[in-house]
Amino acid sequence: MSTLKTYRIESDTLNELIQELRKEKYVVVGPTIRGTAIVLDEITSASQLPIGKTDEQSPAQYRLNDRADQAYFGYSAGPHSWKRYLFPPVLSLFKAKQSEKGFQVSDEANAQKDVDRYALLGVRACDLSAIHIQDQVFGGGTYKDPAYLRSRNQAFIVAVNCTRAGGTCFCSSVRTGPRARVGFDLALSEVIDNEHYFLVEVGTERGEEVMSTVSRRPAGDNEVEKADRLIRAAAQLTGRSLEPDNTREILYQNTEHPRWDVVAARCLSCANCTMVCPTCFCATVEDTTDLTGTEAQRTRKWDSCFTMDFSYIHGGSVRPSSKGRYRHWLTHKLASWVDQFGTIGCVGCGRCITWCPVGIDITEEFRVIRETYLMTSRASSTKETTHGNS
Amino acid sequence: METLERILGQHPFFKDLGPEYLQLVTGCASNVRFEQDNLIFREGEEANQFYLIREGRVALQVFSPERGHITVETLGEGDILGWSWLIPPYNWHFDAKAVDLTRAIALDGKCLRRKCEEDHNLGYEILKRFAHIIEQRLESTRLQLLDLYGVRS
Amino acid sequence: MVPRPFVIKRFRKETDDTFTLELEPNEGRSRFAFSPGQFNMVYVYGVGEVPISISGSPSTHGLIHTTRAVGTVTKAMAKLKKGDVVGIRGPFGTTWPVKEARSHDVVVVAGGIGLPPLRGAIYEILANRKDYGKVVLLYGVRTPADILFKDELEQWRARFDMEAFITVDRAVADWRGNVGVVTTLISKAGFDPQNTIAMVVGPEVMMRFTALEFIKRGVKADSIYLSMERNMKCGIGLCGHCQFGPLFVCKDGPVFRYTQIKDLLVKWEI
Repeated sequence: MSTLKTYRIESDTLNELIQELRKEKYVVVGPTIRGTAIVLDEITSASQLPIGKTDEQSPAQYRLNDRADQAYFGYSAGPHSWKRYLFPPVLSLFKAKQSEKGFQVSDEANAQKDVDRYALLGVRACDLSAIHIQDQVFGGGTYKDPAYLRSRNQAFIVAVNCTRAGGTCFCSSVRTGPRARVGFDLALSEVIDNEHYFLVEVGTERGEEVMSTVSRRPAGDNEVEKADRLIRAAAQLTGRSLEPDNTREILYQNTEHPRWDVVAARCLSCANCTMVCPTCFCATVEDTTDLTGTEAQRTRKWDSCFTMDFSYIHGGSVRPSSKGRYRHWLTHKLASWVDQFGTIGCVGCGRCITWCPVGIDITEEFRVIRETYLMTSRASSTKETTHGNS
Repeated sequence: METLERILGQHPFFKDLGPEYLQLVTGCASNVRFEQDNLIFREGEEANQFYLIREGRVALQVFSPERGHITVETLGEGDILGWSWLIPPYNWHFDAKAVDLTRAIALDGKCLRRKCEEDHNLGYEILKRFAHIIEQRLESTRLQLLDLYGVRS
Repeated sequence: MVPRPFVIKRFRKETDDTFTLELEPNEGRSRFAFSPGQFNMVYVYGVGEVPISISGSPSTHGLIHTTRAVGTVTKAMAKLKKGDVVGIRGPFGTTWPVKEARSHDVVVVAGGIGLPPLRGAIYEILANRKDYGKVVLLYGVRTPADILFKDELEQWRARFDMEAFITVDRAVADWRGNVGVVTTLISKAGFDPQNTIAMVVGPEVMMRFTALEFIKRGVKADSIYLSMERNMKCGIGLCGHCQFGPLFVCKDGPVFRYTQIKDLLVKWEI
């Protein structure tokens, strides 16, 4: 049960909220249908949300269906994640111009130009956790990413508590959802029975200011309880699960597990998983010049540890096999991340499972290795007991 | 003779050989000295000794008509030089030349060979020790072969 | 982070494929501050950026980079001359334990292009020579033609308070020096294994076997330091490329204690 101030707004007030954000010069980004998937894009009205749609997700499968109701948020995560806006796929870092002193550099990424102020509408709890995880990556070390921090600090976050679980979701087992707990300006819970309304929890003063402009009333206790019930039910119905404890011991002690060969035989090294993952942050840089060579530019682009070049050094790749690369990705996501940033890097959104063309399931791969770890730990402690008894 | 026994007994190669065998080995030992650039043994010659280098450096070399004398390994203080006396047909496979003034203890391989045939326990002890040296040399040679400092394109 | 322009005040060809840049800031600012073991991301205008160890000593030299021309960027760098400008971001990374090595014997082992990153440490140690026990340099290269810094090597060999041994993997006919892999020099060097700090740079295989040789001689695993290399794009721990297990070579390294990495070194493709 939340202790934050909670309002009730009618379903059509959602559009008022969106217009108010636009009035305050936010670019509102939210889920919308493009082709046959729900992606993220700039929206100008609530009518552009995937009203009355839901998705069916399973390994290597994504399908949209119609719902019986007109829910605005009746689906789960699509292929896009909010990192597209906070950590853009392509970013100009600097430009350099030749001069008599050699060359002069202009710091594009740090330049005080207008960076889009985004209002992120529809951030699920898993994705909110992912944003917090990237806050740690880009803002928690000795060297910080100023471009990320700038977009991040300006971003207005409207979270959405899931009242429906997806086929590949596993937020509840990794403790990132389905309820958004901290770090949002507003959090919506959609309730449809005889009426259609949203509960809006206010997380910040900024959020309160925006709410003060739309028609609302304080939420009643029974309304809050109804929403809580829906969210708790969603938590039980997630399609998958992953036990997030002892991931370091499990993975560091099983680098030669035969399962790696099994998954390697399937993995295409296509990098889809890293593209759709909301926490993957690897990037590369490209240095280019114009045709005359007088102006040079460095651009940062998303990269993936699944490419052959990724670990290239001295004439070869450190991870030439797909086994090495898959193992690196999974170990990083679930284990090394803990050593690097203090938490696991996986938020249970399930995107990598849905968008893997061969349907590799991270929860399944980890489960098999975890079972080996449990068996060997049990075996060694049994040995100790019998030794003690003899 | 007594000093030789002490020197041999303290060397890692002869350690734990036991006093009886140590005395026996010392019986086959003598001090030798090679001036700079002296040839110690030549490829193809009969191999009847091995050496424990006490001071100086020895280059193991191969002669090739186009390239001259090429050193393949340099041995120094504390190293054992030569094992071909132990393995038929008992001929040297490389040249050995003293790079600097070199003092060594020479051990009579022919004599020791006979004693190893008579007493297989002694034979086993000696072979064990040489197996260790050969393993080390093989490892080093393999690392040399890797051409680690070369550029991969 | 953007590159600072530095002008090449001297360009020197060391061997067939290795060269040295001596740099100074373009805007006449103060000396570039760094510690031995660190590296810079060196930018060739319009071509790209590569990580290169800083080769000099902070007190003796300015900013010096010695590198081999192997890829697009370094090959372009090899064509630069005095007066040209490169971009520098840095210094980054962890440093050699020059202070921690005080009152110990120090054995420095360099393989191939591994000598430049260690040169700064050697200078720092020699600048405070009385604070250290025995000082030994073991240097292994491919062939006699690949020996770097011959002048300095001659000076170091001539000193009475330092030993410098050089060995080649492959000799030519007139080479009278040592032949054999650098690990074979370890047993010849005089140092007290119980009180020694070892610093090693070279190809990963060479460092792995060198560390094992030190362990065999009785040096403690936490007294051996290696400098690792991995693909780098940002140099500041944000791009993910240089990961070595959970470690980022650019910020948790490049200098690592052997105890931190010995299990990772024998895991292939980690």
